[in-house]
Amino acid sequence: MSSSEHIVSPVVYVGVFLALMALTGLTVFASTVDLGMWNTPVALLIAVTKAVLVVLFFMHLKYSSRLASLAVGAALLWLLLLIAGVVADYLSRGWVGSPGT
Amino acid sequence: MSSVADAAAHGAERHHPDLVHHFESLPAQKEAATLGMWVFIAQEVMFFGGLFAAYTIYRHLYFHAFVQSSRHLNLPLGAINTAVLICSSLTMAMGVHASALGRRRATVAWLLLTVALGSVFLGIKAVEYKDKFEHHLVPGESFQAEELHLEGPAARPAQIFYSLYFAMTGLHAAHMVVGIPIILTIAWMAHRGRFSPEYHTPVEMTGLYWHFVDIIWIFLFPLLYLIGRHH
Repeated sequence: MSSSEHIVSPVVYVGVFLALMALTGLTVFASTVDLGMWNTPVALLIAVTKAVLVVLFFMHLKYSSRLASLAVGAALLWLLLLIAGVVADYLSRGWVGSPGT
Repeated sequence: MSSVADAAAHGAERHHPDLVHHFESLPAQKEAATLGMWVFIAQEVMFFGGLFAAYTIYRHLYFHAFVQSSRHLNLPLGAINTAVLICSSLTMAMGVHASALGRRRATVAWLLLTVALGSVFLGIKAVEYKDKFEHHLVPGESFQAEELHLEGPAARPAQIFYSLYFAMTGLHAAHMVVGIPIILTIAWMAHRGRFSPEYHTPVEMTGLYWHFVDIIWIFLFPLLYLIGRHH
């Protein structure tokens, strides 16, 4: 595939780098603000955004074959199954009560 | 030597010396390497996934202890290390870029800079670990939760937080300790002129590994350092 010959401009890399640094600052700032139950979702959303930027541009997934994307999708699906399975097990046994104990 | 023999055996004199005989072309060979690397990374996601699953459960069960324990982590050092690691991902991306353009000296320079930044990260991590040992926050007999403002039974889950902290950051640091000699080897190979715009797959694969390690830290930083900071 000719896509393997794709060369990304350093301008893109520097842009991604600046975005990652800004998001790091944002996540530290967001942690100091009381968002109620939304602190953790916001922190995770920022982390996922940073990870997507790294995967797409630094790791060239945007320019790689569909097969590589399939491997990434499979990894995420299995991770989701792993965490959902463990959480479901604890919840269904009543071992996990209200937070803050 | 073997590639010369292969070329002769197949009667294909114009094969690229880095093309092994069971691949039709260099792009096909690179495609296979890339897929293999992504499957390896998928396995790594599972490897770390177990720890993230344990973290999810225990954080939910013992939220208060997690908040108190997290506050004792050094936020400035954690944030600086996040920035250091992002810088090292940029220098690694630039190294791969330089190798794709066949710029030998630039490739070596970017790779060595990546190693330097990775070493800075590990150095800062060592300072943080030392602090935890001095404050008796390493799980075990000598663990003391007084500094975390936790008493009695509420103090025990703090050991779970610090067990996860050391397991997760330790496994992450181990990946960096493995990555640094790999990058040094690749830098040496680049210095020896082993790579070209047509063949620089090892540089790219090393980059994939290094960026993956960066992504793990991108999740570890908010999950370990930034719990309940607003209270």
